[in-house]
Amino acid sequence: MAQAIFGILVFPGFLFLCVAGVFAEFFDRKFHARLQNRKGPPWFQPVADFVKLCAKEDIVPEEADPFMFKAMPVFALAAVAAPIFYIPVWGADALFSFEGDLIVVLYLLTIPTLTFFLAGWYSTSLFSMIGAVRCLTQLFAYEVPLFLALLAPALLADSWSITGLVRYYSDHPFYWLFNIIGFAVSLVVLLGKLEKVPFDIPEAETEIVAGAFTEYSGRLLAFFRMVIDIEMVVAASLIAAVFLPFGLGFGPIVGFALYLLKVTFIIAVVSLLRTIFARLRIDQMTDFCWRWIAPAAILQLVINIMLKGVIR
Amino acid sequence: MKIPGKMAKEVLKNSVKPPATCNYPYEKAEMPEGFRGRMEFDSEKCIGCRICMRDCPASAITITKVGEKLFEAEFRLDLCIFCEQCAESCPKGAIKATKEYELAALDRVCHRITFHAKVKDASGDGDVTEAA
Amino acid sequence: MAKVTVPIGPQHPALKEPANFSITLVGEKIIQTATRLGYNHRGIEKACEERTYLQDIYLLERVCGICSHVHATNFVQCVEEIAGLTVPLRANYIRTLVGELERIHSHLLWLGVAGHEIGFDTLLMYTWRDREAVMDILALLTGNRVNYSINTIGGVRRDITPEQIAEIRKMVDHCEERTKYYIEVATSEPTLAARLSGVGYLSQDDAFNLSAVGPTLRASGVDRDIRRDDPYCAYGEMRFNVITDDHCDVYGRTLVRVKELMESYSIIRQCLKEIPDGPIVVKAPRKIPAGEACGRYEAPRGECFHYVRGNGTDKPERVKVRASTYANLQAVSKMMENNNLADVPIIIAAIDPCFSCTDRCVELKGDERRHTDWGSLRRSGIEWYRKHRGIDFTSVSKRLQEMRGGS
Repeated sequence: MAQAIFGILVFPGFLFLCVAGVFAEFFDRKFHARLQNRKGPPWFQPVADFVKLCAKEDIVPEEADPFMFKAMPVFALAAVAAPIFYIPVWGADALFSFEGDLIVVLYLLTIPTLTFFLAGWYSTSLFSMIGAVRCLTQLFAYEVPLFLALLAPALLADSWSITGLVRYYSDHPFYWLFNIIGFAVSLVVLLGKLEKVPFDIPEAETEIVAGAFTEYSGRLLAFFRMVIDIEMVVAASLIAAVFLPFGLGFGPIVGFALYLLKVTFIIAVVSLLRTIFARLRIDQMTDFCWRWIAPAAILQLVINIMLKGVIR
Repeated sequence: MKIPGKMAKEVLKNSVKPPATCNYPYEKAEMPEGFRGRMEFDSEKCIGCRICMRDCPASAITITKVGEKLFEAEFRLDLCIFCEQCAESCPKGAIKATKEYELAALDRVCHRITFHAKVKDASGDGDVTEAA
Repeated sequence: MAKVTVPIGPQHPALKEPANFSITLVGEKIIQTATRLGYNHRGIEKACEERTYLQDIYLLERVCGICSHVHATNFVQCVEEIAGLTVPLRANYIRTLVGELERIHSHLLWLGVAGHEIGFDTLLMYTWRDREAVMDILALLTGNRVNYSINTIGGVRRDITPEQIAEIRKMVDHCEERTKYYIEVATSEPTLAARLSGVGYLSQDDAFNLSAVGPTLRASGVDRDIRRDDPYCAYGEMRFNVITDDHCDVYGRTLVRVKELMESYSIIRQCLKEIPDGPIVVKAPRKIPAGEACGRYEAPRGECFHYVRGNGTDKPERVKVRASTYANLQAVSKMMENNNLADVPIIIAAIDPCFSCTDRCVELKGDERRHTDWGSLRRSGIEWYRKHRGIDFTSVSKRLQEMRGGS
């Protein structure tokens, strides 16, 4: 019981996620800056931003629904912190696991996007409503490829729990190389989930000010930014666990170090991709997702189905 | 279909080079010769013709007579536009531009700079005092 | 679906200067655009009448930060024509050199701003880093990075030395290499092309009828450039191409500007090679005789038009400035048709707007007319804000007076 509480609150739970989120935002911004030939922020910048935002006044618009407006960051934070309990962090075992937790994690990761939509909707301001609608439109475009790409390895491993999946791939080394197409698809979709360029359409600064977050300020905005950071860590952990399940039999310390390396690698790839592309329009983005990404995910699924028949 | 990400090679090369920005205020940029910074006034050369006052587009100079052939100048840096027309119009070359550009102050009164007249038989150089 | 009116501006992250575009949308498609200006009106034309010709050069330079040399040179050309002065050839070459350096830095700035509007921040950082080389050269030549103040009535104020010429040549070589890289990126990066192609379409007839100027006009296939059609400064002796393009959209305008950069490098090299020796200024009288003149200059944004009328005193009687963005703004409403909300920033940015240049005229409402002087105009402005907006300056100005010792 005490171990469960420690796991939920400290490691790999809430406190670990906060620290990891701070590190992820720092690393992303520093790498992005260095690619652009600039210096980048110091290591404590995300903490400084959080403290500064908490010190500012929370302004709730007159026409907004005050309860929903203030509750959205809390819902988002709860939904984005929960999946880490089911993702293996120090090797092949997660804190809790049961058959079907892969599906639960995917649904839990959809909730933050819905809260962004509701936050923009309940703000009742023009720019935030446009941003909220774009958020949902983008969700419809990338959700199907994301689900398909993440379910393909599970199909091959014959298990709907992440722990079971990871165990299958550690028992059969090099089988994770079959999922390379799915890995590429999930990296592209990760950009859409985290709303980074080229898919940062819901938050396009030069078009709709700040999208769904236009009316947010003070502590509420600080928590939304924390949600975005933690989402980056959790989504990268999920992709690392499902697509890069190697080197997991060496014990917890080595397993944790490898986990940190994998997550840093995925964040570095996301940083690089957001440096070299321009932002797409929403219609171009849905076109691209349905024309190229969804077929690639289906292709991965078909390959895994055929492989399953061959390997059996 | 063209592969996106044309700039990938360039950005990756730049990630290992030193940054192109300078760490102001710890490293300051040096301005070239002839830079039009704050003006400075040599009261020994001034003859009190006040052409600089007439030509200044911002009316930022005031020349006052303090004695026989002695003039002092007050520059208002909050009005000055650093065009150097005063230096060009002065027939005796009493006004010159320095390279100083860090002139921000917290209080507007710090921007009134007075160049007092140098008495001929006193030692020491002309002092720059800021009006209280 | 319901119609929504989105106000872009006067405060908006997409705009660098305040202006108001009220865009009526259905979903994401634009139906109608209404433009409203006047947020940057500073009364410069009126202020010119209260200052001497020499002081007006510096005032007109500050109409705009990016095309400051344009306004100063245009004004000085008009005054020299009224006074009948012949500017020495070396001065004309120096004016051309600074004008082309200004065009380079303006186009590189535009490339960065266009990148930022479509979310491509890397392009912004890189082009602005390369632009620093041009700014350093301008600081070396003229004494300031912006607002060069190289002009005076009758010529230029500073000469260029052989060391400076060598520095300019090095910078031009470096910038040419970087520009070739940007041409490569602009033509072969698919996400860039996806955002810029087919956006902001302006047919050749529309461009002509809506009086577009500059790269906006040349990207619709109309071959017009004041540097070649009505040469001023030393452009009559330069050999260069006028870049036109047939795309008629934002992509075309990008290509026109980037290729104009290459032409500017060639013009600068010709200037540096062929600059003649001689004086740089002729003595100009303080009182300009009565007369009027108008001048045209090809700014980086298009044709800039000045009109000056003197009446024999040392202050001009009337100065009129019609900047290039004012001519291009009529076309923006046409360009916005059938585009998405996401395209609005890049369409506005594609005409390279400079609203500081644009706001010169005032809309008169009602029939009341009064003659007033500066002092009472200022007092009535303070009173209006106190009555209608509740803004009161008396406590602040009292404190300031106390601090200054009651001066």
